[in-house]
Amino acid sequence: MDVREKLVQRLSRRIYAGWDSDLAHSFRSSPVTIIAALVALTIILAAIFAPWIAPQNPFDPRQLNLMDGFTPPGQENPFTGNTFLLGSDGQGRDVFSAILYGARVSLFVGFFAVLFSLVLGVTLGLIAGYVGGRADAVIMRIADVQLTFPVILVALLIFGVARGFLPPQHREAMAVYVLIVAIGLSDWVQYARTVRGATMVQKSREYVAAARLIGRSPFAIMSRHVLPNVTEPILVIATISLALAIIAEATLSFLGVGVPPTQPSLGTLIRFGQGFLFSGEWWILLFPSLTLLALALSVNLLGDWLREALNPRLR
Amino acid sequence: MVGPAPADLVARREAASDSVVEVRGLVRDFDVSASWLHRTLSGEPRRVVKAVGGVSFDIRRGETLALVGESGSGKSTIAKMVVGLLPPTAGSIRIDGTDIWDPANAPKLRDLRRRFQMIFQDPFASLNPRWRVRDIIAEPLDVFGITRGRATRDRVGELLTTVKLTPEDGEKYPHQFSGGQRQRICIARALASEPEFLVCDEPTSALDVSVQAQILNLMRDLQDRLGLTYLFISHNLAVVRHMADRIGVLYLGGLAEVAPAKAMFRDPRHPYTRSLIDAIPDIDMTGRERTPITGEIPNPLDPPPGCTFHPRCPFARERCRREVPRAFAEASGALVACHGVEEGWVGQAPAGQKAV
Repeated sequence: MDVREKLVQRLSRRIYAGWDSDLAHSFRSSPVTIIAALVALTIILAAIFAPWIAPQNPFDPRQLNLMDGFTPPGQENPFTGNTFLLGSDGQGRDVFSAILYGARVSLFVGFFAVLFSLVLGVTLGLIAGYVGGRADAVIMRIADVQLTFPVILVALLIFGVARGFLPPQHREAMAVYVLIVAIGLSDWVQYARTVRGATMVQKSREYVAAARLIGRSPFAIMSRHVLPNVTEPILVIATISLALAIIAEATLSFLGVGVPPTQPSLGTLIRFGQGFLFSGEWWILLFPSLTLLALALSVNLLGDWLREALNPRLR
Repeated sequence: MVGPAPADLVARREAASDSVVEVRGLVRDFDVSASWLHRTLSGEPRRVVKAVGGVSFDIRRGETLALVGESGSGKSTIAKMVVGLLPPTAGSIRIDGTDIWDPANAPKLRDLRRRFQMIFQDPFASLNPRWRVRDIIAEPLDVFGITRGRATRDRVGELLTTVKLTPEDGEKYPHQFSGGQRQRICIARALASEPEFLVCDEPTSALDVSVQAQILNLMRDLQDRLGLTYLFISHNLAVVRHMADRIGVLYLGGLAEVAPAKAMFRDPRHPYTRSLIDAIPDIDMTGRERTPITGEIPNPLDPPPGCTFHPRCPFARERCRREVPRAFAEASGALVACHGVEEGWVGQAPAGQKAV
């Protein structure tokens, strides 16, 4: 009982401290941020729970009826009597369900691409900043060269090379993972640069010397001492690059090199939809595009807010 | 092989073994040249700064040796080399008879590290801001495997009490403390591995004057209680007078004079030491004419030939411009590197010096 009371007490104090912190305060005083957070959260939750929310599984052919094709949003289909909230596409697929499932793929790719580039960039940045010398020169020159190419071009290149190495029967199944690696590899540079700079500042501080003095290994110093002191800029970059990764994925899928059509993301849906734009079935293009726009914009706004809230010079 | 050592040699060796630290011919150069590409394109030569040029000293068990000098004299560079943070260009550092920079001694170094610690200059930079104080102090205990679990907790509380904080302070983060309190935490961390030798790199220069005395008294108190040996780096002669048994005066990376503290303040030998001691403000000396040191400390990239102090020395003669002075022992026990003192033409102050 005593232990539980203590735990509850400690937890409530934690929650109050979180509510009363500078970050929470700046969040509450920015209506744009609150709306952005709500929009992002809604889309993310809807994507995660898509199998329970969506009226149909748009990629299960048994649930599709060709007679349902091209039903405008909110209207009853004259043949089957079905109505679709956001209309249906040529195969009788519910656009709303397709968006939920598509956002799931987009977010999955975006999230893991960010994670991949974060881990890679932070690791290389720590090594470049802490070890310095030749390791620093090699890592940062690679980064410089990569920065001279547009992100999409690098991702396309990596994607193409990786597909060349994969046996044809696995290409489709592996496409999502290849996409994650391609987008991740094209985006590690900004983490590496930021972390390198922050690490060089921390390295010259005396607490690092104190850790070296008792014989801690460079690995222990980097992971336990330096890393906790360079996380704030990483968080900001990660949020903003989540939006960029989602857009990069959509771009690649729109170009037809991303995820396979059996597992369409928002980008794939937009590619399908644009074929019907001039034949009057505007809803097939519009709703996936709006979802992508809302998602990317809200995540980006959150990132901007985080950058300002965590910047000590703007406090 | 060598036969049995003569009795007097053994005795001398035993006397010598009472030195905790032996520093011999310590040199540290810093390469400050531009990048290779820039050098190649502009045809610039390599530029090397001699931060420390051949410094030797011993620190005896239980004493405090202070190194004083202006900024740029190499004090902190020496401190870093003595604790193994910065490799020397030449020379040796022995702690308890083990050369810490000899690669052959690397396996012994882990145990040796327990026996020396450092207190840093800036108490705001020397504690990891993301760690709780108890974790900061427990780190050496974990790394050296001194205590585990509950015992670590108790020991951290004990250490905090030793530096006159409370065990509850361990739950806080460094930013919740003042500068003086942080320096106490640094001292507690330094004491965690039960070292016998502490290097203190200007431990009070970042603190308020009112707090300085508290920290210095705490350090002296700990020295008496735990039998610690200190290498005390400072630019503040008043602080050094309070702390040191012996004082080494550094000028441009070389030792000008090493002497017992009392003797140095009573009867400074080297012209540089004289002017330093002369410059201390003192109520009793009101109205006395002082000999100010003229000029600036020379650029270490281009040190003057001969004695590095000669451009600013009121006694400098021809020999000083040509020949680097070697340290010699005076009868008083002071080691002085000055031609003038050796030959006896420094000592009488120039006419009119003492008159008001």
